[in-house]
Amino acid sequence: MDFYGIELSSRLLLGTARYPSPKILEAAVRASRAEIVTVSLRREGGEQRAGQAFWSFISELGIRVLPNTAGCHSVKEAVTTAHMARELFGTTWIKLEVIGEADTLQPDVFGLVEAARILTEDGFDVFPYTTEDLVVAERLLEAGCRILMPWGAPIGSARGLNNIFGLRAMRAHFPDVPLVIDAGLGLPSHAAAAMELGYDAVLLNTAIAEAGDPVRMAEAFALAVDAGRLAHAASPMEPRDMAAPSTPVVGKAILA
Amino acid sequence: MRILLNGAERQLAASRLDEALDALGYKGAIIATAVNGRFVPSARRANTHLAEGDSLEVLAPMQGG
Repeated sequence: MDFYGIELSSRLLLGTARYPSPKILEAAVRASRAEIVTVSLRREGGEQRAGQAFWSFISELGIRVLPNTAGCHSVKEAVTTAHMARELFGTTWIKLEVIGEADTLQPDVFGLVEAARILTEDGFDVFPYTTEDLVVAERLLEAGCRILMPWGAPIGSARGLNNIFGLRAMRAHFPDVPLVIDAGLGLPSHAAAAMELGYDAVLLNTAIAEAGDPVRMAEAFALAVDAGRLAHAASPMEPRDMAAPSTPVVGKAILA
Repeated sequence: MRILLNGAERQLAASRLDEALDALGYKGAIIATAVNGRFVPSARRANTHLAEGDSLEVLAPMQGG
């Protein structure tokens, strides 16, 4: 799997928020086998220095980071945040979020396309958090994105894949574009379902961080991602409406 | 001089951004800055001057999804 020229073997991208402790976060990252973790930027107090401790933690983790623009509701906010992230984290990668609606946290796809264009022209490698809308996806590719990250369901909702038809259509329409399901997953079976559809990877946070045992859940997701990917590669059979006996009928004794 | 630091009022003697950051306790910290909503790269902090009423945002790495 190739993201902007970087070869990756893990197909699970992991968020770093909401864990009970840094120690559990680190163990969960290891158990998930993630090679990319998402991070953010927030206000830093001159006295508290909470961000400095997190910076040390991330540096020691030694894993590639994907900074986000979470919480940005305008193109200007998102673009400025991206620039600040590029300086802080020393990466051109940016998980671009331009939030359009507070209840569902769904992306403002118009602002998203505009911000993606600005950032691509500025040399960023944009990972856009989008919907499964094919027209928006085309516009994002035209804007310079080489990866698309449609939502499975609203962020933090744990609902899984809300629109299987739309996601399947997206996969079929963009066979050569890396597609990552970003947000809304709650269970390993959701991740497996995404991978069975042929998606390249999944990105999740809350489902692992807020599990009773985040480390075991991280391992469960890692296994599910592998299982789903393997199943996709094995070409699953088509479903049918009527039963078809699996045990051969030929040779069955007549005992009635 | 009065400025807004991350949304809260602060008094400052220094007007140069790099000096102001040191005075505000950020010496040596891994941070990114914006003044009045505009990103100021670290290399330009010494050439950036704060004025009365300016809004300074100081951000640092944080957990995120």
